[in-house]
Amino acid sequence: MAGVDIRNLRKQFGDLCAVDGVNLSIREGEFLVLLGPSGCGKTTLLRMIAGLERPTGGEIHIAGERVDGDVPPRARGIAMVFQSYALYPHRTVFQNIAFPLEASRLPRTQIAEKVQRAADMFGISRYLDRYPRQLSGGERQRVALCRALVRDPKVFLLDEPLANLDAKLRNTARDELKRFQRQIRTTTVLVTHDQVEAMGLGDRIAIMDRGKVRQVGTPEEVYEDPVDTFVATFVGQPPMNLLDLGDPALPPRTLLGFRPEHFLPRSVFQPDEDVRAFRFSVRRVEYLGSDRYVYGSISDGAATDTTVIAKLPATIALAIPEGEQQEFAVPRRALRYFDAATGSSRKI
Amino acid sequence: MMERRTFADREDVLGAVMLAPALAYVIVLVGVPFVLAIVLSFSNATAGSLSFGWAGLGNYAAILGDPIFLRALRNSAVVTVGTQLLVVILATAAAQVFRATFRGKRFARFVLLLPWAVPVSLAAIAWTWIFDSTFSVINWTLKASGLLHGWLYWLGDPGLALTAIIIVQAWRIFPFATVIVLAGLASIPQEIVEAAVVDGAGFWRRLFQVELPLLLPVVAVAVLFGVVYTATDLGVVYILTGGGPANTTHVLPTLAFQRGILGADLGQGAAIAVFLLPFLIVVAVAMLRLARRAEVGGAAR
Ligand SMILES: Nc1ncnc2c1ncn2[C@@H]1O[C@H](COP(=O)(O)OP(=O)(O)OP(=O)(O)O)[C@@H](O)[C@H]1O
Ligand SMILES: [Mg+2]
Repeated sequence: MAGVDIRNLRKQFGDLCAVDGVNLSIREGEFLVLLGPSGCGKTTLLRMIAGLERPTGGEIHIAGERVDGDVPPRARGIAMVFQSYALYPHRTVFQNIAFPLEASRLPRTQIAEKVQRAADMFGISRYLDRYPRQLSGGERQRVALCRALVRDPKVFLLDEPLANLDAKLRNTARDELKRFQRQIRTTTVLVTHDQVEAMGLGDRIAIMDRGKVRQVGTPEEVYEDPVDTFVATFVGQPPMNLLDLGDPALPPRTLLGFRPEHFLPRSVFQPDEDVRAFRFSVRRVEYLGSDRYVYGSISDGAATDTTVIAKLPATIALAIPEGEQQEFAVPRRALRYFDAATGSSRKI
Repeated sequence: MMERRTFADREDVLGAVMLAPALAYVIVLVGVPFVLAIVLSFSNATAGSLSFGWAGLGNYAAILGDPIFLRALRNSAVVTVGTQLLVVILATAAAQVFRATFRGKRFARFVLLLPWAVPVSLAAIAWTWIFDSTFSVINWTLKASGLLHGWLYWLGDPGLALTAIIIVQAWRIFPFATVIVLAGLASIPQEIVEAAVVDGAGFWRRLFQVELPLLLPVVAVAVLFGVVYTATDLGVVYILTGGGPANTTHVLPTLAFQRGILGADLGQGAAIAVFLLPFLIVVAVAMLRLARRAEVGGAAR
């Protein structure tokens, strides 16, 4: 089995703990996305798996073998795509893709055959004679993926491979990447700070913050049941609303959380539906085509100065006048609770 | 009221004024002697006399039929090429060492740069002792370590003397080349080197297939400087062997000096010196093309 097991992994740069006791189990064939804000240690974690960075402590097992310590990258059976793609500028596309095969001392005829097959798969056979600088960003990205995959790695590591593409290309590239991974079924770890990318690509998502993994789960799990306020506000756009209403029905110091798309005018719900109603004083309405974002605050409670956002799909055509109070509601099943002191979720 | 245009606003005038010293330097100290040398090479001028007669191609005909000149021409080529080969190898190796972090790196770098800062004549005199026929430190070391059984007359044997000259020339310019190669290495993106590591390339494959090709433009510049430095140098050969034994180790500059200044035949000396010119132009053009080609990605398109 070619999974990756990470146990209590740490990396210290001087005083800074870039990766701080990470435990993570990546299953064979899984597409795992490491998601987190800039500087949270995603790249550092990936580089330790690759063997480019030496852990300060902890263990890494790839396919059941312990590899932290002196096992060099080439012996780990990993392939990596860098954010800048790191193509060799002095080599043609063919020579770029052939490089890892040459390094593993494959016979020439086999190299040519493998390169051709991989290039066909990524639709870059036309560019084999070109140099990287003669390619567009999207083409370079495919060459980089192709070079990484050509020698059938056990684990495939990608550091923000889509970040340098424009928005439109990113969507296609995301779709292609997911298709390739489904097809070849290689264990894949992808780093990103784009939560849409993470939700779209990952079989599971590991959310990191300040060197620690906060939550690991399927996109549904991390979206529906965030373990803490960090995950709750990091995943989802706009972020989850968090309020300390001082509600006597709840334990003291409890934050109430609900997603903007669940916060809708009361009249949208059935009269007998189990909802929690709020008086919402509307400050501003943003019209975004497919949605309307409504900004305001809850006026019946202790959190009148916390901004609350409602996200109304275009199918709700109700007029929402700015500067007026409205009756809004959230279905009870969509309510989440968090400890105001520690931020961790609470079951109520 | 509009502000008056000051001197500094007038870019055309300012540009010309700032360029003037450099231009004057090039014209007076490079251009004039250069033209003078070419004119002299077609004359029968001698030192100590003001007579100046037209000699046509006489001087060239004379030196081309002169075995000492042909020997010097060959020596110049051998020394220049040999030195650059040695320098490229030494500089690449030294750059690898200096890329690592170790204790005393700053001091080591300072020591490395010393040969470059030492005046040529002083250094060459020190080397004459190292290669001295009786006291040669090299011979003593080789003997003590059991590698040498006879005795090497470094400056007495034409082949060994040329080798000695190459060693000193290489010693002189390799610090400079090392600094250039180090700068070149620093300009290679870290991710490209790491990609090669992840792709499974070992040290040698990385060096020869990734780093050196990417360094090529920079190394070409270092070699170009080295060629000019070595081919035009007079001091090392003059002090080390003086062209001897029996005029076998002359290079073009020493022979030109001997004929033109010491031998007072300005015309012939100039003709010998001018011979360096086409040689250096060809080298310069070739190197610059190489650098350009490497820059645009390895293919002449
Ligand atoms: N070689 C290094 N030396 C010192 N500090 C480092 C080094 N590499 C990373 N760091 C620090 O470690 C922390 C984590 O860095 P890392 O590159 O892993 O972040 P990241 O999650 O990949 O961020 P981004 O999304 O911006 O790429 C950062 O604070 C960074 O400054
Ligand atoms: Mg990063």
